[in-house]
Amino acid sequence: MRRVYLDNNATTPVRLEVLEAMRPYFGEHFGNASSIHHHGQETRAAVERARESVANLLGCRPAEVVFTSGGTEADNLAIFGLVQPGDHVVTSTIEHHAVLNSCKHLQEKGIEVTFVPVDGRCLVDPNDVRRALRPNTKLVTIMMANNETGVIQPVEKIGKICAEADVYFHTDAVQAASKVPIRVKDIGCDLLSISGHKIHAPQGVGALYVRKGTTLEPRFFGGSHERSRRAGTENVPGIVALGKAAEIAMRSFELAEDREMAALRDRLEIEILNQVESAGINGGGAPRVPNTSNIYFDYIEGEALVIALDLKGLAVSTGAACSSGAIEPSHVLTAMGLRPGQARASLRFSLGKQNTAEDVDFALELVPASVARLRELSPLYNRKEAISS
Amino acid sequence: MCPNTIAVAMSGGVDSSTVAAMLRAEGHNVIGLTMQLWNQRRLAGHTGMPESVQGRCCSLDDVYDARRVAETIGIPYYVINHEDRFEQDVVRPFVQEYLSGRTPIPCSLCNNHLKFDQLLTVAQQVGADAVATGHYARVEFGEECGRWLLKRPADRSKDQTYFLFGLTQEQLSRTLFPLGGMTKPEVRELARKHGLALAEKRDSQEICFVPGGDYKNFLDAYLADQGESMPDTAGELVTTDGRVIGEHSGIHNFTVGQRKGLGVATGSPLYVLQINGEKRQVIVGEQERLYSRTLFARKINLISVDDLKHPMQVSVKIRHRHEAAAATIEKTSADEIVVTFDEPQRAITPGQAAVFYNEDIVVGGGWIS
Repeated sequence: MRRVYLDNNATTPVRLEVLEAMRPYFGEHFGNASSIHHHGQETRAAVERARESVANLLGCRPAEVVFTSGGTEADNLAIFGLVQPGDHVVTSTIEHHAVLNSCKHLQEKGIEVTFVPVDGRCLVDPNDVRRALRPNTKLVTIMMANNETGVIQPVEKIGKICAEADVYFHTDAVQAASKVPIRVKDIGCDLLSISGHKIHAPQGVGALYVRKGTTLEPRFFGGSHERSRRAGTENVPGIVALGKAAEIAMRSFELAEDREMAALRDRLEIEILNQVESAGINGGGAPRVPNTSNIYFDYIEGEALVIALDLKGLAVSTGAACSSGAIEPSHVLTAMGLRPGQARASLRFSLGKQNTAEDVDFALELVPASVARLRELSPLYNRKEAISS
Repeated sequence: MCPNTIAVAMSGGVDSSTVAAMLRAEGHNVIGLTMQLWNQRRLAGHTGMPESVQGRCCSLDDVYDARRVAETIGIPYYVINHEDRFEQDVVRPFVQEYLSGRTPIPCSLCNNHLKFDQLLTVAQQVGADAVATGHYARVEFGEECGRWLLKRPADRSKDQTYFLFGLTQEQLSRTLFPLGGMTKPEVRELARKHGLALAEKRDSQEICFVPGGDYKNFLDAYLADQGESMPDTAGELVTTDGRVIGEHSGIHNFTVGQRKGLGVATGSPLYVLQINGEKRQVIVGEQERLYSRTLFARKINLISVDDLKHPMQVSVKIRHRHEAAAATIEKTSADEIVVTFDEPQRAITPGQAAVFYNEDIVVGGGWIS
């Protein structure tokens, strides 16, 4: 069966180039980057080259890049590394669970957290952030691009507000990296998280930008790896892969591949909306990353549509999977003010660099027909049809 | 059977896992579905509830087991979330029933109002022709009467027809119970033959969302979780002639037929005969008075007949572990049936179901009012 994968915001396949770059570090170059001998020197050099590539992607100095096991660890290091009892934290209602649940845990520990809302387009209002600030506010953490809708937050304005108030600003850029250019100086953030497996590197590696001079309490204790910010022997193949993926991402901006992807995504959206009535784009009115499309199809269960499409070979997603793998209503769509029924009727399509025009054609063959089939079975839809005819 | 697409409701237990493996081996396209109905961790830590819940329905362990089986036999597998509906249609009514002095059976409520309804809907949505479950029961089309029939299984000790009396003709026509002709040991043997790691997994008996079967702790914990307090349902212990002989702690602590825990000492042993929810009275009396020959059942579902025009001689089960007893059923109104037993029955309990049988065939059933 032909299978097309349009769930790249969940994870991406490792690029062949990336795989080739990391492969020697499983065998040929196996040293511990902390060792003083030849083998260690080889891998140390590879780790530092990767650090330079990541720094290049983010517009920071290599010394400001801390490698982690992924986006979740980067978020946790930023938040728990900074916040102390008595501090106040500002975040948003649409954060990824890595940030949201970290903040909820802080709350359970007695730390005050303010969750600023979003509007119907999935946008945080920077003025809400400003108003949420208090004398004891230590950290503002607001994502750069949302994983479900792809909506890009006004991080530069928020960065300015934080700088004026002398408050630390962290942004989870896991879904922005490689999709839109990132310049930490322009954003004005002190901390920024990225993840390898969202940009065609493997799962299990990520990085946190830590602005020079930022005091972070480490979460792991052990050796003095990563300038004593993250103990534990470096995941050299993963780090090399992240470096390579960062390099490819930089190159793709030069080749305007992001615009090609946006064109592909736009065609998917336009044709679906042309063929399917009572459907629309969640977050369509806001600036978005070029690969993500979140579409609601009234009168259907997104869960059933995802399963039906998967059985026909198309992988997309809805909401966020909980620990059992069941779908929970999306907190992002609910925060945008969608009714629970509408949130459940929404599907996320997310493209990756491997996707082609043929993949979009395949989706267009399946999606409108599957939606129509599910609507035929929907009592609500049939009632509506009966009323309008 | 010719190969077609069948959705199997997989709980992570031996029975439904074996069904999936059987149908797959017969050459059907099988899709595994698990209904996520209740989050076991939700009430963890409340007074009286275990901190961690293990190996119970809808637990992560069960989903893990079901997923492993699906992977072993090579079928697609999905978990579908029905937590909201389950709470609204099963858990809430369960709590309400107890608080009003009845003794509910949530499994029938779940089967009737959620499980089959939703399973068949999802199955249809994803392109499956039928749903198969691991219930011990049989379904077949009766050529003579032109109706789908629900029948008791070969393994009488596992008979689950009591919980399935609410199935409609439409539901039965698209439902398969592949274990209906097998005994439990045969099922375990088949599971072993298919290489299923969980062939020896223990059976579950209790209500899936009530850990350890302790419903009183569950009520406390659930209400606390909802930010509600347990309503005061304490009241009087009254004899059949209206004499108040003591106080009780709350009607939800009692069930008809119960002897222990009345907290009064009298000459002869006393039993709960009746619970009056409105007056919060628990009416007690001697064992003989627990026996009764009639009951009224409502919210009727008929299976083997489309209507009950004349009184009918059947046998009736008034709880899961009750030996069906000979009785006559007769319609009293559009949605009420009176059951008259040949011999008086002990502890007829409002909230439980009365299910009518003609030999092996389920005639229908209703809720004891």
